[in-house]
Amino acid sequence: MTVTRDPTRFERPRAVAPASGREPAPAAPGRNPGMPLDLDRVRALRINRSAVERRAATIPTRRSVKRDWQAGWLLRAVTCLDLTTLQGDDTPGNVLRLCAKARWPVREDLLDALGVPSAAVRVGAVCVYHALVETAVEALLGSEIPVAAVSTGFPAGLNPFAQRLEEIAASVAAGAREIDVVITRGHVLRGDWEALYDEVRAFRRACGEAHLKVILGTGDLATLTNVARASQVAMMAGADFIKTSTGKEPVNATLPVGLVMVRQIRDYDERTGHAVGFKPAGGIRSAKGALEWLMLMKEELGERWVRPDRFRIGASALLTDIERQLEHFVTGRYSADYRHPMV
Amino acid sequence: MTTTVARAFASLEWGPAPESTGPALAWLDDHGRSFGHFIGGEAVPPADAETFEVVNPATTAVLARVAQGGAADVDAAVRAARAALPAWAGLTDHARARHLYALARAVQKHSRLLAVLESLDNGKPIRETRDLDVPLVARHFYHHAGWAQLRSSEMPGYVPVGVVGQIIPWNFPLLMVAWKVAPALAAGCTVVLKPAEFTPLTALCFAELAHQAGLPSGVLNVVTGDGRTGKLVVEHPDVNKVAFTGSTEVGRQIRVATAGSGKKLTLELGGKSPFLVFDDADLDSVVEGVVDAIWFNQGQVCCAGSRLLVQEGVAEPLVAKLKARMEKLRVGSPLDKAVDMGAIVAPVQLERIRALVERGREEGAELWQPSWACPTEGYFYPPTLFTAVSPAATIAQVEIFGPVLVAMTFRTPAEAVALANNTTYGLAASVWTENINLALDVAPKIKAGVVWINSTNLFDAASGFGGYRESGFGREGGREGMWAYLQPEWEREAGSGEQKAAGTIPAPQHAAPREVPFPAPGSPLPPIDRTPKLFIGGKQVRPDQPYSRTVRGADGRPVGEVGEGNRKDIRNAVEAAHRASGWGRGAGHQRAQILYYIAENLSARAAEFAARVAAMTGADRATAVAEVDATLSRLFTYAAWADKHDGAVHGVPFRGVTLAMNEPVGVIGLAAPEEAPLLGFVSLLAPAVAVGNTVVALPSSAHPLAATDFYSVLETSDLPDGVVNIVTGDKEGLARVLADHLDVDGLWFCGSAAGAAAIEQAAAGNMKRTWILTPRDWYAARQAEGPEFLRRASEVKNIWIPYGE
Repeated sequence: MTVTRDPTRFERPRAVAPASGREPAPAAPGRNPGMPLDLDRVRALRINRSAVERRAATIPTRRSVKRDWQAGWLLRAVTCLDLTTLQGDDTPGNVLRLCAKARWPVREDLLDALGVPSAAVRVGAVCVYHALVETAVEALLGSEIPVAAVSTGFPAGLNPFAQRLEEIAASVAAGAREIDVVITRGHVLRGDWEALYDEVRAFRRACGEAHLKVILGTGDLATLTNVARASQVAMMAGADFIKTSTGKEPVNATLPVGLVMVRQIRDYDERTGHAVGFKPAGGIRSAKGALEWLMLMKEELGERWVRPDRFRIGASALLTDIERQLEHFVTGRYSADYRHPMV
Repeated sequence: MTTTVARAFASLEWGPAPESTGPALAWLDDHGRSFGHFIGGEAVPPADAETFEVVNPATTAVLARVAQGGAADVDAAVRAARAALPAWAGLTDHARARHLYALARAVQKHSRLLAVLESLDNGKPIRETRDLDVPLVARHFYHHAGWAQLRSSEMPGYVPVGVVGQIIPWNFPLLMVAWKVAPALAAGCTVVLKPAEFTPLTALCFAELAHQAGLPSGVLNVVTGDGRTGKLVVEHPDVNKVAFTGSTEVGRQIRVATAGSGKKLTLELGGKSPFLVFDDADLDSVVEGVVDAIWFNQGQVCCAGSRLLVQEGVAEPLVAKLKARMEKLRVGSPLDKAVDMGAIVAPVQLERIRALVERGREEGAELWQPSWACPTEGYFYPPTLFTAVSPAATIAQVEIFGPVLVAMTFRTPAEAVALANNTTYGLAASVWTENINLALDVAPKIKAGVVWINSTNLFDAASGFGGYRESGFGREGGREGMWAYLQPEWEREAGSGEQKAAGTIPAPQHAAPREVPFPAPGSPLPPIDRTPKLFIGGKQVRPDQPYSRTVRGADGRPVGEVGEGNRKDIRNAVEAAHRASGWGRGAGHQRAQILYYIAENLSARAAEFAARVAAMTGADRATAVAEVDATLSRLFTYAAWADKHDGAVHGVPFRGVTLAMNEPVGVIGLAAPEEAPLLGFVSLLAPAVAVGNTVVALPSSAHPLAATDFYSVLETSDLPDGVVNIVTGDKEGLARVLADHLDVDGLWFCGSAAGAAAIEQAAAGNMKRTWILTPRDWYAARQAEGPEFLRRASEVKNIWIPYGE
């Protein structure tokens, strides 16, 4: 590959045709094939931050789920978890522990008390770095829990482009069924929507059968209008999920950002008939916080969008807090984290 | 067997999330579910036995029995307030501030009790009382603790108006207590408050908490009852000021009932507020704005954005989005923490909504309601959308006061403004666009006291709230709201409220052929006749009916003749004044230039004007010269003010700016005083035109020639045609015509008490702002010029502009 000499330019995706001549990828069931880049649509988007924030602030106050309903909702949240570890010190040891927790996320006695079969409650996916994909795939054999790999030079996404594509291919080859890619945030900040489209398109192609989850890194995107435009471009380029954050930016998933993204998902669905999933990630640590995200999804997109094929929460510590709340509901006593098997 | 948990896990349905009513019901039980009035610091049994039931509209259960206040009760309350007044008004600012601070704290300490009680009584969702009403109540008292502390330093020369009667509605029962009581107490007034008969409980609870918090007895009195009780409060002779929030219909009755009484009056009335959506707006956010505009408090909001005006190109997608959103709204028990809408306050209101919706359907508008059904127990009504509504439709004009939105389209910004203003109301407006140029262009053009840019139904104690047109007058909140409870100290020293108006009605006299020709001083030749005409639209015109009236000097001898103006002359003058409305849109600097130029040209003819004044009034030469000099000074005063009558940026707790802009009232009628024929005339005219109003001025009936001479000064001073129109004749009679005129926005009146009463009554027709000027010394700057005149000449428009990308 050649490295560009122009210091003001990001490396642009190559080996794909110019924007005008692109065809959507063949549609697979349940997947978003994408569509030609509609620049007029993208550029026309304007998001009013203050109004979005006002709406976001009332999502937790206009609705409330209590008692049995709250327990049911929390179990639903568990099924939508992308149980994640993305640390420099990850080893097969802690990943195996994570995978075991993914299979049995909530104590059997609690599920019995709640009247929910344990088979129904397993997490949405396990999310790891490429190096741990094989370990996780092996550990989850027979469970149907997919392994997701973060990819494309996570978290900054500024590795050489060819390497990023190779990284996707390697993770898919290692058994990852979902690939969480990061975009070049610079494309968004510079309004270079063609470059963003081409980049995501190339990622999508490299994914093959694996589902493509596109991390926008919203904490780096500066404005909600940028978040909306990047969401649309990622979907047009064939994202199966759009995801807020890497968890490594200073600001991660916030309700206003989520609100903007799910509204774009709704819009894309209305125009193309393709339902793209949503994944908030980073900073969601409490059961109450998770419920707020579920309420956002149900209110803005409906119950069908709050299932693991269309909704994931990227988290790790969250699960323990959910377990504590469930135990509290079952016993009437406030729980402690050491009472629940650690992640 | 499937557990509820398993079902919820599978379906993700909403479950019940009830707020506990225990403490609120216990409070009711502690009072035996029966309430008397709250007078002189304690609950007192009513003077007669009549009581009525207070009902929870969500369940139809009776919450309590409350007393129907009669004349003896109101009288006792007013007496208690009067007795408490000297001590309360005599407290230091700091002492009053401490009391208001304690009230804010009391509200916060008992916030959940008040929130639940309010929801039970009114039927509004607990989310709203908990997150909006009660926090705003506490905020209002905190803010006004500040005004109490600062009153003397920030409003020097002003004193409390005295005992105030306050009548509040059922839609925000406790918040309206705060809006009324906080500024009154901060100013140093004492209060007789009459809550709405549907929702008296939180006012009674608040009165109790206030006295537990140490508020002196008699400072705040609560008399419960229906409109009959309200009428008794309004008409009580010992009430100095009436403040009312409610329907325009009742507001009109109160305007008529208080006419000529000298009581100060502020009215916050109905609305049919426009909600403008331009094609570049963030439509998903617009949808939530609409939810907050018309489905907040079941649409029972005076400033509800009830008329949706959408640019044609985005009407279809917006309506589709709205319908999808409406489908997801939840109507149910107000005490459920997961509902969007609760119950309508009472069956009578529910019937009104139903009838108007039926009317809308009959008139051909397209009705849409969500597929789900409302609870059948209690008084519920679903969110409702009408499309294909024409401005002529009943539902487009009448305030429904329910969860019913009517939608219309527009093509251009100008058409949007025209539709927005096509109403007799003028309370609030909401403007949605991502283009700041457009937003800030449209906001000043909408006749409304509050304009929210890309937002709606935002309230804060620091920002004035109140209407234009038939939405009432006066502002509540902020510095502008404090003036309603204060009066100039000199007025009280002079021993007058607005009760006393001076002068007598001069009998209209048509000029008989004159006996003695007007002398032409210093010439042996006969004088050349000089015929003062009316001055309308920049032209000297003869009266519609060519009659003249003789003007006599102090010695009774004729000194000239003026035209006898009539109704049609007034009509023409008002039309000319409206044509000149561009005057108010120009720069203050330009108006200042012209006022200075008027002074310059008057100065050049000072001797002639002095002679004229002397001839008419019999004043000696020195006095007449002094009047001309004072007039020149007055013109300079308002030339000075013209570019300094600044608005404000209010410090409200949100990310954005709230601009309090001073706008001209519009077309103002001016009935000049009889005395000081030049100075008095200019003292009314100059402030009105300085801030951009156009005027129809009625000179002194007895001494009109200074005013008619004055138009030739105006003609040489570059004043645009129609800004000042002068109609001579029977001043009080002509003032009546102006008072009746539905396209006159304000009327300042110097004249007889009977004339003042008649004018205030007639003004109820379009709720024009009247100002009955007490007799005053026109040479004393403190009385005859300055900020009070400018405030009377202006409307404050608060424009909320959120920002943040």
